[in-house]
Amino acid sequence: MPQSILSEMRAKIGSLIVIAVIVGASAAAFAYTAGWLTPGRLTPVKVVDALAPPGGPALGHRRNHAKGICFTGAFQSNGAGASLSTATAFAAGHYPVIGRFNLAIASPDAADVTARVRGMGLQIATPNGQVWRSAMITAPIFPVSTPQDFYDLLRASGSKDPNAMKTFVAANPEFGNFVQWATTAPWTSSYAEDRFNSLDSFIFVDGSGQHQVVRWSLIPIASLVPISPGDLAKRGPNYLESEIADRVGKAPQSWTLAVTVANAGDQTDDPSKAWPADRRTIAVGTLVVQQVEPEANGPCRDINFDPTVLPAGMMTSNDPFPAARSAAYAVSYDRRTAEAADYPRTATGGTP
Amino acid sequence: MTVARQRFTVLQRALHWLMAVCILAMLFIGVGMVSTLTPKYLTLVQIHKPLGIAILVLALIRLGVRLRDGAPALPSDLPEPMKLAAHLSHYIFYALMIVMPLLGWAMLSAASYPVVLFGSWHLPSILPLNDGLHTLLWNAHHYLAFVFFALILLHLAAALFHALVRRDGVFATMAPISMRKVK
Repeated sequence: MPQSILSEMRAKIGSLIVIAVIVGASAAAFAYTAGWLTPGRLTPVKVVDALAPPGGPALGHRRNHAKGICFTGAFQSNGAGASLSTATAFAAGHYPVIGRFNLAIASPDAADVTARVRGMGLQIATPNGQVWRSAMITAPIFPVSTPQDFYDLLRASGSKDPNAMKTFVAANPEFGNFVQWATTAPWTSSYAEDRFNSLDSFIFVDGSGQHQVVRWSLIPIASLVPISPGDLAKRGPNYLESEIADRVGKAPQSWTLAVTVANAGDQTDDPSKAWPADRRTIAVGTLVVQQVEPEANGPCRDINFDPTVLPAGMMTSNDPFPAARSAAYAVSYDRRTAEAADYPRTATGGTP
Repeated sequence: MTVARQRFTVLQRALHWLMAVCILAMLFIGVGMVSTLTPKYLTLVQIHKPLGIAILVLALIRLGVRLRDGAPALPSDLPEPMKLAAHLSHYIFYALMIVMPLLGWAMLSAASYPVVLFGSWHLPSILPLNDGLHTLLWNAHHYLAFVFFALILLHLAAALFHALVRRDGVFATMAPISMRKVK
């Protein structure tokens, strides 16, 4: 009798061990998938944390491109884009636009002249509920080739080690092309004179299912009047926002949306590499900015200009950045919307 | 214990195991996608949305079937606290299966993200753009996901406890195949 009780107990303990192992292995698989067991994994949270200035992030604001101003207007499609993509935004017509002019810096209070790169967030909506979002910058090429390189750049530029940037530049020769642009390209004193580039490549799908890899740019109609950084600084720390509000108040400002199609063999997976200048470029319409509004109460405030929000007829390409940007923008969005109390809305909108 | 126990109906068992696969995939995709910024991120997000809606539809069907077909009684010798835990966990499972997809859908709506399922197929927005609502829904979706997974682990442990330790036939009520051959 005692022996049979003993063996029954043994069987029960054996069963309990089996249960513990199965449940434990399930929990471990979950923890691994969540990245808890692999601290080396590059996560969107790490990238967003690395964007923060030494004093910490500006609560309630975008974690990068933090200083900006909203606009509304229309995209006047001329119909030429329909040969490249079935996206409804390319059918001839006028579509409402929400956008945001911004500076590529992490502080909303920084002076205009401290930002070498400017940006534009843009959303084009068509009546069938399709939405096309894009976030473009004035640099013609991205500083680095991969999201990991971008993280390394953030770490190096924020590092106290005096050799960190030197080491980074040595490991990332493509960074030199960006520095070349940053140090030689003219500055402007108006967002209206800036050209904004997608940099990343995307795939357009036409009516017959053909794929074309493209990049796009918004080319200003206003002519460029160069200004030295010193002179821009003299106009005040927030000159760009008041200038664009005044300018659009007097007359709508326009940009031509130009789509460039890659040739076979062009480097489509690396936004730090420009394509040759002779690539087929099609003007598909005009962006008309009709109204400018301060961000605090503006329609762009709570829009995430995630470049992977694409209408049917467009897809991401083998460029790794849109996915990385989407993941990181989501973290930035979730944080800043949770901190809305730190960035109060004003009682009335009005012009700045 | 020798009495042959009634099992869940074939439809209930099919829904249970199909949804078990879907929900586990969903939870792994969820924690996996927010921890990466490789192109896998977009693939996982693109699966997460339609799969969530599929789970919502299946859960509503399953709730209807459960109300129609009922469930086999638990063994009479099962201690009361375990009976209570079993019943309570089932209520929570049904609530989570229905609420989690709705929270995800509402959270995306409150952030003005288009809820794309396939190609040009998208769901309407169910809430206006609102940062406070987005935060509330995001937190609920996030934390309830961990509650959901913890409850699944508990459910798995309890099912195995019935199958291996108590051998009371409870596991057989939902087993995908008849347990008679196994015995």
